[in-house]
Amino acid sequence: MSRLGLLLRAGCAALAIASAAPAAEAGPDDPVKIGVLTDMSGPYSDVGGPGSVEAVKMAIEDFGGSTLGKPVVIVSGDHQNKADIGSNIARKWFDVDGVDMVTDLTNSAVALAVQALAKDQKKINLVSSTHTTELTNKACSPYGVHWTFDAYALSAGTAGAVAREGAKKWYFISADYTFGRNLEENAEKILAKYGAQTIGKSRHPLNNSDFSSNLLQAQASGADVIAVANTGNDLSNLMKQAAEFQIGKSQKLVMLSAFVTDIHAMGLDNAKGSVLTEAFYWNRDADSRKWSERFFKKMGKMPTMIQAGSYSATLHYLAAVNAAGSKDADKVMQKMRDTPINDIFWKNGRIREDGVMTHDMLLIQVKSPEQSKEPWDYYDVVGVIPGEQAFQPLSESACPLIKR
Amino acid sequence: MFELIGVAPQALFGQLLLGLINGAFYAMLSLGLAVIFGLLNIINFTHGAQYMMGAFGSWLLLNYLGTPFWGALLIAPLIVAAVGMAIERVLLSRLYHLDHLYGLLLTYGVALVIEGLFRRFYGASGMPYANPIPGGANLGFMFLPYYRAFVVVASLAVCILVWLAIERSKLGSYLRAAIEKPDLVQAFGINVPRMITLTYGFGVGLAALAGVLAAPIYQVSPIMGSHLINVVFAVVVIGGLGSVAGSVVTGFGLGVVEGLTKVFYPEASSTVVFLVMAVVLTIRPGGLFGATR
Repeated sequence: MSRLGLLLRAGCAALAIASAAPAAEAGPDDPVKIGVLTDMSGPYSDVGGPGSVEAVKMAIEDFGGSTLGKPVVIVSGDHQNKADIGSNIARKWFDVDGVDMVTDLTNSAVALAVQALAKDQKKINLVSSTHTTELTNKACSPYGVHWTFDAYALSAGTAGAVAREGAKKWYFISADYTFGRNLEENAEKILAKYGAQTIGKSRHPLNNSDFSSNLLQAQASGADVIAVANTGNDLSNLMKQAAEFQIGKSQKLVMLSAFVTDIHAMGLDNAKGSVLTEAFYWNRDADSRKWSERFFKKMGKMPTMIQAGSYSATLHYLAAVNAAGSKDADKVMQKMRDTPINDIFWKNGRIREDGVMTHDMLLIQVKSPEQSKEPWDYYDVVGVIPGEQAFQPLSESACPLIKR
Repeated sequence: MFELIGVAPQALFGQLLLGLINGAFYAMLSLGLAVIFGLLNIINFTHGAQYMMGAFGSWLLLNYLGTPFWGALLIAPLIVAAVGMAIERVLLSRLYHLDHLYGLLLTYGVALVIEGLFRRFYGASGMPYANPIPGGANLGFMFLPYYRAFVVVASLAVCILVWLAIERSKLGSYLRAAIEKPDLVQAFGINVPRMITLTYGFGVGLAALAGVLAAPIYQVSPIMGSHLINVVFAVVVIGGLGSVAGSVVTGFGLGVVEGLTKVFYPEASSTVVFLVMAVVLTIRPGGLFGATR
């Protein structure tokens, strides 16, 4: 046998022994355990990742560190953007480690897999990121809440606001996978309500570095608005090249999904003037500013809405555990639904029966470099979309839990 | 004719030109790979990371030392080449007597380490880098940013110079001789190991130069190289492993093929290069310009 083969076998054997080792069965008297399952080093590690772990730590600290007479425990895991790795970690957390609640869950595929698992095991999952509206439609769970935003809220907010101003002809540049298509479909639904129409679209593969081709087609289409449905490096590259081809001069560029870290990465020169929707902005008021500065001291960057969402979800969960006097998932969920969410980020948040946490969304315009007064001063909050309008109406939801 | 295929001539010309610009990057990157493989017999998987280091180098120079783009164009490749030579001396030089596969594994591992380090310190989203030549000209069928025109001209010039240096200069002839018969060349009093180190540094410097040129167009991010490197490898394989002229011609050619695909079926634009590779390898296993080794 080759040395490599031998090494592999030894490794497998060690793993088998480790996983077969008897684990102390987790019981109702164990401390409350929170798992942060996120992308620790991949493309989403800046929007969720280690920042989300830190935000959950801050929530536990702000809550006082313990509940039900025991200190709250936090564990974190890297799902590497793979649904199978994510559900394996979650399964081990639920079965062996006695984790009671999982949060963050960046990446739609991972979130869907973990929500299904949590539903079977009667564990709570609070999704503070992820676009897919599937989580609160066909795949909805009585123990799953979609906390911060979804594709509907982002595209409805942005597309609605721009269409209201009278932009009639739209061109979409979308990432060619579920995420991009989902954003695009949701935006088109809204456009139809305002009598605006799609006059063209072009799709690009994930991790495409050159967008000049898509941009040139969009430029030639004569559209009033070019709507961009991609994220991360794709988004930064596209915006940078749009500025290079001077696209924003005669046509309006709209990002259907963007985080403050994306704006930081692409620079105000490339993003100025664009309109987008976010659930949270660090510099919105004194409270959010104070919290964000604490976060900045630890992470060296301002929090995204996902990280703020992980904080808020954890805080609300811990309060519900305290009030219920138990970590039983049914009791805790009942308390969470009964109590409106009022924290430093969100006012009058409410958890609907389909699992959507409805709250106000912020309509944002990106500042120009001249308007920006300090580092990370990137946004003008130009409007607030009330929670009832921001999210998909309950009547349109395909969630089987809704009593009709 | 254009109506027949359902595409306006403007769109077609525009995409062809864009293809040529992307081809310029493919050509420069595959050139470095071809030089390294041709002379060292190492399949340098660190190339993408070294391209990224070039781009990051220019960002670091600008933000910490205030060096403008034109300075970085010279300094960043030199620094990255020096790092490359250190890697060659310390790690790669131990593998020359072994199979290609070990060099490939080592360079791949080094690439992962470098990318991981950059991500650790600068995050996954990357950094902005301003365009040194803003503005552009309206060509009628498309808007051509001045900077993109500069990239094509610069990379063509570099490719021709490198080809001349290797195929037509005395130093180039030493290099080529050292590949064929290292012992004999050494016997003539030429320090072959040093020549190999310098050659590796040169190939790496080319990657870094492409990175500096890319910084104003693409997001400067730790993963920018790993996205590109697969395509560039396909380019080298299609051109013929180790063939300098082959890699340049194929680089520009495949850029154009990719550009055309974006007109007709954009979703396939990331796959078309590999399709071409499969076809070429079936018909000519040595690549378009290569001899079978």
